[in-house]
Amino acid sequence: MIFENDTIVALATPPGVGALAIVRISGKDSVSIVDKIFKGKSKLSECDSHTIHYGKIFSSEELIDDVLVSIFKNPNSYTGEDSIEISSHGSPQIIQKIIEALLKYNVRNAEPGEFTKRAFLNGKLDLTQAEAVADIINARTEASLRGARNQLDGLLSKKIDNLKTKLVNVLSLLELELDFSEEGLEFVAKENVLSLVEQIKDEISYLISTFRFGKVIRDGINVAIVGEPNVGKSSLLNYLLKESRAIVSKKPGTTRDIIKEEVFIDGFLVRLFDTAGIRDTSDEIENEGVSRSWAAVKEADIIIFLNDIELGLSKKLADYLSEHFESERIIVVFNKIDKLHDFSFINGIKISALSGYGISDLVSEIKFRTLGTINYSEKSALISSQRHFIALNSSLNCLNTLEQSIQKDLSEEYLAVDIRTAVDFLNEIIGVVTSEDILNNVFKNFCIGK
Amino acid sequence: MKTFTFHVKFKTMKQFDVIVLGGGHAGIEASLSAAKMGCSVALITMEKNAIGRMSCNPAIGGSAKGHLVHEIDALGGVMGLMADKTGIQFRTLNKSKGPAVWAGRCQSDRELYSETALQEILESQNLSIVEDSIIDVVIENKKIVGVKTQTEIDMNCRALIICSGTFLNGLMHTGLNSVVGGRYGETASIGLSGSLRKLGFEIGRLKTGTPPRLKKDSINWGILEEQQGDSPAQPFSLRTQKTNFPLLPQVSCYLTYTNLEVHKTLEKGFSDSPLFSGRIKGIGPRYCPSIEDKIVRFAEKERHQLFLEPEGLNSGLIYLNGFSTSLPAEIQIEAIKKIKGLEDAEIARPGYAVEYDFFPPYQVNLTLESKIIEGLYFAGQVNGTSGYEEAAAQGIIAGINSALKIQNRKEFFLKRSEAYIGVLIDDLVGKSTDEPYRMFTSRAEHRLLLRQDNADKRLLKYGFEFGLIPQEIFNEFSSREKLFNLAKIELEKTQISPPKINELSNEKIITGITLTETISKLVKRPEFSLNELLLLLSRDGNQLAIQLLKDNVVVDQLEIEIKYEGYIKRQIELIGKTERLEKVIIPSDLNYSNLKAISAEGREKLNKIKPNTIGQASRISGVTPSDISVLLVYLKS
Repeated sequence: MIFENDTIVALATPPGVGALAIVRISGKDSVSIVDKIFKGKSKLSECDSHTIHYGKIFSSEELIDDVLVSIFKNPNSYTGEDSIEISSHGSPQIIQKIIEALLKYNVRNAEPGEFTKRAFLNGKLDLTQAEAVADIINARTEASLRGARNQLDGLLSKKIDNLKTKLVNVLSLLELELDFSEEGLEFVAKENVLSLVEQIKDEISYLISTFRFGKVIRDGINVAIVGEPNVGKSSLLNYLLKESRAIVSKKPGTTRDIIKEEVFIDGFLVRLFDTAGIRDTSDEIENEGVSRSWAAVKEADIIIFLNDIELGLSKKLADYLSEHFESERIIVVFNKIDKLHDFSFINGIKISALSGYGISDLVSEIKFRTLGTINYSEKSALISSQRHFIALNSSLNCLNTLEQSIQKDLSEEYLAVDIRTAVDFLNEIIGVVTSEDILNNVFKNFCIGK
Repeated sequence: MKTFTFHVKFKTMKQFDVIVLGGGHAGIEASLSAAKMGCSVALITMEKNAIGRMSCNPAIGGSAKGHLVHEIDALGGVMGLMADKTGIQFRTLNKSKGPAVWAGRCQSDRELYSETALQEILESQNLSIVEDSIIDVVIENKKIVGVKTQTEIDMNCRALIICSGTFLNGLMHTGLNSVVGGRYGETASIGLSGSLRKLGFEIGRLKTGTPPRLKKDSINWGILEEQQGDSPAQPFSLRTQKTNFPLLPQVSCYLTYTNLEVHKTLEKGFSDSPLFSGRIKGIGPRYCPSIEDKIVRFAEKERHQLFLEPEGLNSGLIYLNGFSTSLPAEIQIEAIKKIKGLEDAEIARPGYAVEYDFFPPYQVNLTLESKIIEGLYFAGQVNGTSGYEEAAAQGIIAGINSALKIQNRKEFFLKRSEAYIGVLIDDLVGKSTDEPYRMFTSRAEHRLLLRQDNADKRLLKYGFEFGLIPQEIFNEFSSREKLFNLAKIELEKTQISPPKINELSNEKIITGITLTETISKLVKRPEFSLNELLLLLSRDGNQLAIQLLKDNVVVDQLEIEIKYEGYIKRQIELIGKTERLEKVIIPSDLNYSNLKAISAEGREKLNKIKPNTIGQASRISGVTPSDISVLLVYLKS
């Protein structure tokens, strides 16, 4: 066993200064190696699993730090191997020294993801769960954390498994007709196959649609604020940030750079870009800002097209935006409604970046545009990985081909290719189906044999 | 039957390259192929006249089985030839489906088939028949060196192929009556199983059954639904002369159905059923259940279809296909009389179940040589399969490999993407089996490529290489191939003008075609056949078209390959994808017990089967997808 023979070490908490840091060691010799640098009341190798011990870490006689050491013996550890976690004070120098002290023995630095890989190899996690671990580590919002947790619990695997079972059921209906055509059985009508396929397609589409949600809860929503100079972009940004970072001035074009800020709105991470006022200018620095602004707008999920209600819709920008960006991404907003008494005649979202009027409408519009009306819950199976997204889309494509093939009245063995390929793509997410699975299904459900 | 004859205690020594035990469908192909490849072969059978005897239904082929027959034929086997010679009804099944699942099936004259098989053996050089049975094997250094027989003749050999079918410790059941035997009226082979077990082989127990045979003239034929054969009939073998085919007069089968009355009667016998009472320990095939099994498992079905199949042109027997049973004989008689058309039917021989020993096939390699004893091969039903065609397919592979081994040549096996035979043996070796294994088209993931019509394209080269296919057959094939390849390219270039095409399409009332199109493009449209387009071309004197029209085999193949090009391409791509996994080699000394991440069942199966590649591992039942991911990740680390 290659991996059983060596012991690995890595810092388990984020790098940098903090109150505490945890260094994790995993592998067969974890306990005996830590014993060599740790001095406590008793030898760690004589202690039970799941116990915590206070003591001191020494590196060749030099005291490094007072620490707490937790012992996890196989198989009851994250990796499934013997593991030790050393909680030290969170200084980079201390951490560095502890790791160096360990490296003198038969320990090596862990590769990225190696603890999780060992957990996977030792049967602690399946593939989708291992991916979820990476997401948890990167989770920045509460919803994201819950989504990743659920995937870790195998929700996605279960859902995909269920879809596979349904496809195998359809497949066995078709195979029945090929392998047992002489049996005098009643075969399924093509309309029924079509409706079954339709249902499965809906489920796959739903899962695909969660990609946006999954991605949103993982990565957040990118929102760009675009508008003519002095329409109040920075004021809006500031209102949302509730703090004054961008310069707010009445002279047009003072925001020369892209301002990027992250805020949490309704539990979602929203990344706001305030772009430099877009207008014709001979100011070179500002021109640079302008082109950078458009690059940021291109990346945005949502574009807030901000206008001054007194000046009305900026026709020039409106033309430009409608020509270059999909309308679903653009939200037209009129600012400074505090300056008007009657604005009911104006369509669009009306706000006052000064008073905060209408901001909640804007926020719900942003959520609506990003996630649609479907009520996602992070408790259902979600996909947030590009790999799953592609596999599901490919699977869906096969089912579209299948529908066409059925309509063209192609024989079952061709239809079977479409289904098998659709299943293969689902397998790319979790695993392999064999022809035995299909036959088992056939034997279970039909009276075969003359 | 036990023989009590006194044998003089002196030993005759005989030396053969290959000994084949059993003269069934596996034994025939094994002994003939090894003999044709230049080995001296002894075929040991308990009864010479039982060679090629069909124990169950008098038919060859069927869905996926027809494919096997075509493949055996392309490798140089005799099953297809013999079926063609003795067939009394030929049909192509699944004709309403696409060409990949068209499958030939014929009713055979049972007696004639057996006589023809004996003739083939007698006429073969290097091949002698020994009427005897093997009671023990002689092993030196884990290598087979000879056998001991019942009549106490010792025979030396360099390879032994065991094709003993259902005869090893065979036990036949009708009701609670059990008789030792491998087939109706024939005794079982006792002793050999035990000596193989001592060598370390695991032995399992399977069960199969056969329906009653009825007297032909006791059936009320007039009221039954007739099923005729195809006309013209399609032969199985490339070597069969098409001009005077079929050789024998053709006959019909008839259909009838069970009914609730029949089911009720059968239920009366359930208390005396060896199946339900637990007397039968062996596992039976799910796809070929006995009638009592069908009634119990599918209680909601009010009737089951039955076929009345003639056993031969001059035979007075009818095979009641679909009514396999081991219920007491008197219950069988009573129930059958309640079936439409069988009111006065007389049973010539009741149905019975047979239990027999088999060697779970994870114990052999893809060459069918056993993993623990060199030179010892297993083929056919002893490997847990059911069906004549499955047996014959293994027979030829074992025969070829025994000869290759003796001649120090490279071993031979077929890939899953290459032949149903490849799928069959890979399934057996890789997954083993605990029920009688039958071939189905759905087992072949590359089904669209493994057609009957292209068996020669896939396999003839091997048969020729081994000297099992005559030169002239191979030459005919080569010239067909040349024509095929030329035509494939030319048809992609040959264009046809709209007015010309519309001569055809007008007749068919379809929208006219306005652009000049190539023949290939037109053939892809469902409304055109290649044949009619070639006829159009030939009217203008197109030489290629004229030449092609003389060879409908090539025209059919071209049409299939052009019409379904998209799908065929996808299958080829799929092969590329899966072959990646076939190429990931698993070290043979890998101890799966240490891989805790693999499910307990997966670990056990992997340790037992010891697959050579990840591809093979992924097909083992009980090995889950995540087990495979674990293996892949582990092998990479």
